[in-house]
Amino acid sequence: MTPEKASDAATGGAAGSAAPPAAQRLARPIRVLVAKPGLDGHDRGAKVVARALRDAGMEVVYTGIRQTPEMIAEAALQEDAEAIGLSILSGAHLSVVPRVRQELQARGLDDVVLWVGGIIPAADVEPLRAAGVGAVFGPGSPLEETVAFVRAAVAARRAAGGET
Amino acid sequence: MATRSDAGPDRDAVPSRRALARLISVLEAGGPAARAALREVYPRAGRAHVVGLTGPPGSGKSTLAAALARAYRARGERVAILAVDPTSPYSGGALLGDRVRMPDLAADADVFVRSMASRGAVGGLALATGSVTAALDTAGYGRILIETVGVGQDEVAVARTAQTTVVVTVPGLGDEVQALKAGLLEVADVLVVNKADRPDADQARAELVLLQSLAAPAAWQPPVLSTVAVRGEGVGELVAALEAHRAYLDSSGEGARRARERARAAVLAAAQAQMAATLERAAADDRWDVSWQAVAAHERTPDDIAAELVAEASTRYWDLVPTDET
Repeated sequence: MTPEKASDAATGGAAGSAAPPAAQRLARPIRVLVAKPGLDGHDRGAKVVARALRDAGMEVVYTGIRQTPEMIAEAALQEDAEAIGLSILSGAHLSVVPRVRQELQARGLDDVVLWVGGIIPAADVEPLRAAGVGAVFGPGSPLEETVAFVRAAVAARRAAGGET
Repeated sequence: MATRSDAGPDRDAVPSRRALARLISVLEAGGPAARAALREVYPRAGRAHVVGLTGPPGSGKSTLAAALARAYRARGERVAILAVDPTSPYSGGALLGDRVRMPDLAADADVFVRSMASRGAVGGLALATGSVTAALDTAGYGRILIETVGVGQDEVAVARTAQTTVVVTVPGLGDEVQALKAGLLEVADVLVVNKADRPDADQARAELVLLQSLAAPAAWQPPVLSTVAVRGEGVGELVAALEAHRAYLDSSGEGARRARERARAAVLAAAQAQMAATLERAAADDRWDVSWQAVAAHERTPDDIAAELVAEASTRYWDLVPTDET
């Protein structure tokens, strides 16, 4: 990646292109968890998204493939993740997402931002939203949309928590 | 917090784990809030055995940390892993991927894994690694494994944070093993040749043993071990070596000496961070514009203006330093 791209990606984010030393940074970096629940092992999409979020100045915890809902929620708890991206290509989204949600609630993490990327039929988007998913990104979605969603949703969550 | 009625025993500890996770974020962010939080944590820390794992990228530090955690869990001990990965100097972002090497640990409530971005710090750790270690210690994790970013030669900050430093290397690095000799080897309390199922593993181990034999006799001779972390081979021996080193630290007085050394390093690091913040604030005053101009015009040297700035910042230190009282 070129520095020009990096500074483009960082424009408007917490970290500018000439980022000051950590001690002086006012806004802390956004912490995101990218996870791949279920049994399919195709993680290229998840890695591409994780990298785009990193290039946008976020700290991205990548958990890898074949994660159970409990593993994802526990990782989100320990990592103090503010947002979780679930990459699902297996068609199991309608069963997996509510279980992730349930495990998050069991840990008091109801307010963590949740989004889904992958192959999701249009008819399933509304049920997912009803299950607490903030956004759904299908194949071909521009990465900037995911970055913008995470930034806005985390900013709203921080504001709700009284953090500037 | 409401817990489900079918909750397992680990659910009882959820609020404390969540609080710990948030405390770590506060400590990481630095500033007055972090300083106040550490004031609560620090007096209760100092019980855990803190083990540093360092070595070149790809040497298997994450996998070895996971294998060690499993071994300690089998003995009924609670374990924390603090895995540091580099922050991008371009974007300020970081990809923290060490959890990929430890998938099974996420289901164990007595293992706490935290990924940490270096956030611009050099030396293989983050600035807040020491504070976060104290928080994990206070939370009752008796073994704390600190995994550094992949390091080269002289990134040895881990030796100023951990009680026992494990240098992990792999066969086939060739000249990089030579490079290891100068920096990393000096801080090793235990040496591990990981991926020891590779054909050239014996040679790598033999080279390290030879190097060790050239050193002056010392009270603690760092052992050279072989592991295949993905299969857990050699991990029992590593656990025993760590135990032996801890016993040596306790019995020889070396532990107390190192504790003072670590304390000194921690104070100096904190002082440098405070001074840097104070200098930034002092330099924000418009009065310095004329000085920047003088340096730009080559009428004054950066060194001389810097001396004036340091003097100014020192005189007005208590006005300038960020505190929780203001």
